[in-house]
Amino acid sequence: MRRNLTRSNAPIFWGLFGAGGMLSALFVPMMIFITGIAVPLGLLLPAGTMSYPKMLAFAQNFIGKGFIFAIISLSLWFAVHRAYHSLHEFGIHAGVGAKVLCYGFALLGTVICAVSLLGLGF
Amino acid sequence: MSTRKPYVRSMDGWWKKNPYFVEYMVHEATALFVAAYVLVLLVGVIRLGQGETAWNGWLAAMQSPVSVIAHLVLLAGAVYHTYSWFKILPMTMPPVVVGGKKMAPEALTGSALIVAAVAGLALLAVVWRIAL
Repeated sequence: MRRNLTRSNAPIFWGLFGAGGMLSALFVPMMIFITGIAVPLGLLLPAGTMSYPKMLAFAQNFIGKGFIFAIISLSLWFAVHRAYHSLHEFGIHAGVGAKVLCYGFALLGTVICAVSLLGLGF
Repeated sequence: MSTRKPYVRSMDGWWKKNPYFVEYMVHEATALFVAAYVLVLLVGVIRLGQGETAWNGWLAAMQSPVSVIAHLVLLAGAVYHTYSWFKILPMTMPPVVVGGKKMAPEALTGSALIVAAVAGLALLAVVWRIAL
């Protein structure tokens, strides 16, 4: 019996999914509260929390940059992995095209995020 | 070309018939809420790179009532993602053994939710510290 021992690429996508799911579970609710509710409504946090100089300094800081990049890119990989595997639930037998579309979207988001963040300098 | 017309059972709304699957579909859908939020954030990063005027425009857009309401909806979705992510954690990770006994799934989920709450509050504290 001959077996095709080609390695699967599934663990890579699953790893990105797991990392993104975990990171977003820990931080995204509070981030939505801060950037989407508290700061726009002027609640709780000091005035000017997200002012241009403050946010620029945050995004130029090595840790700040890394945090923004990890949250955005890994959350995208998490979401597209779930969306891709959910197609089955709707009776769509996802093939290579759907895979390229889903993971390609996350890759595009990752690249745009990386280029934008690197463009801000250190 | 074949003239066979095999019967294929429709998959329309199969999950609506069982609360367990409804919950499954809802928790799967929370990923889209998370994705929608990080795309808003990505636009913010791009606007930040375009200068102060562009950034202030993004901040002003975030202040619109539509945006605030949308973020309340996203927040609900994200909180449910956190809850469901840790609810299924005991099924996705190797058994945790404490004192020679396997940790109960409820205890694992509960501890993870406490960790998540602490992580969120720590993030708020860090943002506060930077903002001052």
